[in-house]
Amino acid sequence: MNMLITLLVVTLVSSTSLGFIYEVTKAPIAAAEAARKVEAVNKVVSGYDNNPVNDMYKVASPYEGDSLECYPAKKDGKLVGMAIRTLTKKGYGGTIWLMVGFNAGGKINDIEVLQQKETPGLGQKMTTPEFKDQFKGIDPSTFKIKVKKDGGDVDAITAATISSRAFCDAVNTAVDAFNKGVKK
Amino acid sequence: MNNWKNFTKGFIKENPTLVLLLGMCPTLGVSSSANNGLGMGLATTFVLVMSNLVVTLVKDFIPDKVRIPSYIVIIASFVTIVQLVMAGYFPELNAQLGIFIPLIVVNCIVLGRAEAFASKNKVIPSVLDGLGMGLGFTFSLILLGSVRELLGNLSVFGHKIVHADGALVFILAPGAFITLGFIIAVINKLKKT
Repeated sequence: MNMLITLLVVTLVSSTSLGFIYEVTKAPIAAAEAARKVEAVNKVVSGYDNNPVNDMYKVASPYEGDSLECYPAKKDGKLVGMAIRTLTKKGYGGTIWLMVGFNAGGKINDIEVLQQKETPGLGQKMTTPEFKDQFKGIDPSTFKIKVKKDGGDVDAITAATISSRAFCDAVNTAVDAFNKGVKK
Repeated sequence: MNNWKNFTKGFIKENPTLVLLLGMCPTLGVSSSANNGLGMGLATTFVLVMSNLVVTLVKDFIPDKVRIPSYIVIIASFVTIVQLVMAGYFPELNAQLGIFIPLIVVNCIVLGRAEAFASKNKVIPSVLDGLGMGLGFTFSLILLGSVRELLGNLSVFGHKIVHADGALVFILAPGAFITLGFIIAVINKLKKT
């Protein structure tokens, strides 16, 4: 009996204090999350005057449970670009999240790696400009987003073909979502 | 004098990672750079101090048979607090340490100190023990992280000193084991002399 009461009191006190802390940190956590999104959007699209985070809409991804987030960038109500938060689960070390920026014509502005757990020194080089910058300004309708080994136009990272393929896969998912959302 | 000993024994003599060899999972996992080691170490120190403090305060009211579940609940609460605060105020660090923060719960150092020290001692020694052990853990993580970062990435606390690629193996898991082995060897040598 004594044990029951002890455990009850211990769990009750800790859950109450956790609830309290949760309430206190809820706003800062949401703010930090939003700031990170705005920052990532800013890195891949520019020249807009709306708030892309407020206009965000979601589209289904190839993976159940995760969806792509599209951030339309507009100036004077006209679409000038789009940032799409995309993912792939084909990476070497779990899910890779990218933010891909398009201009209104569907060319890729820039790509930002949001989250990856690839091997340091190999697959992790996908975050470096040496790899990423080959996507700058390409037109997905003429540039084949596949590594050269698979008959595409992308220079893979040396000794990290799986990571490079996964990167291309995530970009292609974003391209599909852009084409469906804008050109329809 | 005795309190001073409680505080300093965690540095070298009973250093949790390098001598007691506790908490190896986060040690090997997050020590790929000095900054990660520092963040992880300080988070663990906070949890250690707070859980030691609470455990020593409530130890007389908790029946022996349910002490482990009670301690785990106390520790888990503090870890969750750390995680929420980090996510809110230090999102960068939170993204870096990721999965290892919730894993502090099962870090044997924390439960080990609660069980071996805080449940048998008074408030002040327990807090000092937690602080000393936490700082000892932080120190070993920074040491391990610095060596691995220097050899693997040729940088110190994230600042590149030479623009070239280092020995990749030190960033990967095998490098963690190798570096840890050498550091423990040096510590053992120092302890003997």
